[in-house]
Amino acid sequence: MSEAFPGPVTGHVPVLRLGEVLLVTLQGDLHDSTAHQLQEDLAETIARSGATGVVIDISGVEIVDSFLGRVLAEIAAQSSLLAARTVVVGMRPAVAITLVELGLTLPGLRTALSTEVAMELLTRPTPSSRSAGTRQESP
Amino acid sequence: MPEHEADGTLGSPTDEVRDFLRRRREQIAQRWADEPLFRAVFTLSRDEAVEAGKAVVDALAQVADAQRVEDPDAAGFTTVREQLARMGAARSRAGLSTAQVSSELAALRPPVENLLLADLPDASPDHARACVTTLSVLMGTLRVVVMQTALTEGQALIDRQRLQLLEVATPVIKLWDGIVAVPLIGTLDSARSQVVMETLLEAIVDQQARFAILDITGVPTVDSLVAQHLMKTVAAARLMGAECIVSGIRPAIAQTMVHLGLDLGTVITRSSLADALGYVLHQLGVGIVNPTPYGAGER
Amino acid sequence: MDTAAGVEARLPIRSDMDLVWVRQHVRQAAAQLGFGLVDQTKLVTAASELARNTLVYGGGGTMETQHLVSGGVRGLRLTFSDEGPGIADLEQALSDGYTSGDGLGMGLGGARRLVHEFAIESSPGAGTIVRVTSWTGRPPGPREES
Repeated sequence: MSEAFPGPVTGHVPVLRLGEVLLVTLQGDLHDSTAHQLQEDLAETIARSGATGVVIDISGVEIVDSFLGRVLAEIAAQSSLLAARTVVVGMRPAVAITLVELGLTLPGLRTALSTEVAMELLTRPTPSSRSAGTRQESP
Repeated sequence: MPEHEADGTLGSPTDEVRDFLRRRREQIAQRWADEPLFRAVFTLSRDEAVEAGKAVVDALAQVADAQRVEDPDAAGFTTVREQLARMGAARSRAGLSTAQVSSELAALRPPVENLLLADLPDASPDHARACVTTLSVLMGTLRVVVMQTALTEGQALIDRQRLQLLEVATPVIKLWDGIVAVPLIGTLDSARSQVVMETLLEAIVDQQARFAILDITGVPTVDSLVAQHLMKTVAAARLMGAECIVSGIRPAIAQTMVHLGLDLGTVITRSSLADALGYVLHQLGVGIVNPTPYGAGER
Repeated sequence: MDTAAGVEARLPIRSDMDLVWVRQHVRQAAAQLGFGLVDQTKLVTAASELARNTLVYGGGGTMETQHLVSGGVRGLRLTFSDEGPGIADLEQALSDGYTSGDGLGMGLGGARRLVHEFAIESSPGAGTIVRVTSWTGRPPGPREES
């Protein structure tokens, strides 16, 4: 079951709810204001719905600069304050290489290769040990 | 410009050479067609060689007309540069050294010089010498042009081969469902590290591999640059949601790294590929059962 | 060059909408000149960082793109200029972690690592010009490592 949270107004990225998890799919080139809007929307939606996880699929994103990198890190941090875990999914190789070269390794961010893996991570009660593809501690 | 001009001492040596080239275009091209350079490059037909020769003569005449016999960048060479490059490249591919190509080019001068002298029977010795010198300079410039283009071609070829080598030298092996490995052999420079990183990350996506093992058993030395590349690769893999393990750090390398003060940070390392695989299988919750005492050993 | 039509342009940087145009133009130009995917991404990201600097610290300005050819290799040069307050201490501005606005402090130093050539001219009160260039096909030379 899935339902769309606040209607897709201009400048809003739709936030889908799948059980306890909120799913956001970013596509193409994002305006700075859209990214900021998403950050706000997510905080509100988590608080309202009591979601325990957020999955942000960025497989459709061609570039992540320091601004968007910071927005993603802040979403993770604010979600964590609201007791939800965030997983960023599907970063493209070229984007990952560029971010590392840029000096942005986003240490606090959990990542996964696909939405399936992310959902598995979030729905499973705390995994026994360091689980594949996620980082709990910073380098 | 008059097609034919009376032999004599009129005009500067450069003009004389220009007129001579225009006048004897056909004969020069015919003689060149018999020289090894043209014969070896234009194997299809002699006419082809003659045509190519004429194009070169035209270019030389144009350069002389512009009074730029010493200038390899003269506009006159533009039209034949590509053809000359092809000729030089063809000889290089046939296995000739640069010096050999150069001497084949030098062999183009005597036939032209003989024709020129034959055209100047009544000229004063001084004027004849001046004309021959001008022709020599012009032919020397032609040689420089060919060598220049050949070197550029050669460099492009080396670059291409280097890229091909980079690609074949980076195999990605699927070890298990969700586990890929890249055994690295040889020196890791910046360009190669870049290819390794891209290849590995692409494989992670293609195979949806949660774990990747970079095995550096075949890497002779690990300096700070290599260490940095390894850490960058691991960091990029993490951003994508995969864990990268570096294996094959031999005792001697481990010692050097400590001496150099190199730190791989939070990179997970194992001494052998087998150890790394064992670690990853454990992480994935895959157990290996030994049905007989001779089954797969632990290490 | 036949394939380079549409590469050269001068774009305004006045709003975050313009940042999107800058990124799209650089992406298209780089693709047209034959940059590989990773190099395209690096260049677009660098452009995004620099354009944002122009907007946020320089109070807006322009980006100019230029197509270069050298020794058979194609290059793309991006020039960002603004008439803002300028930068007093360039060395400090280029060091990692430095920021005078609300970034992660990766703007200039980070962008420099994503391109082959980087030049900056600035003095207090005289605006800032940042010029970056990347080349296709050239094997990456020994890049300065941080």
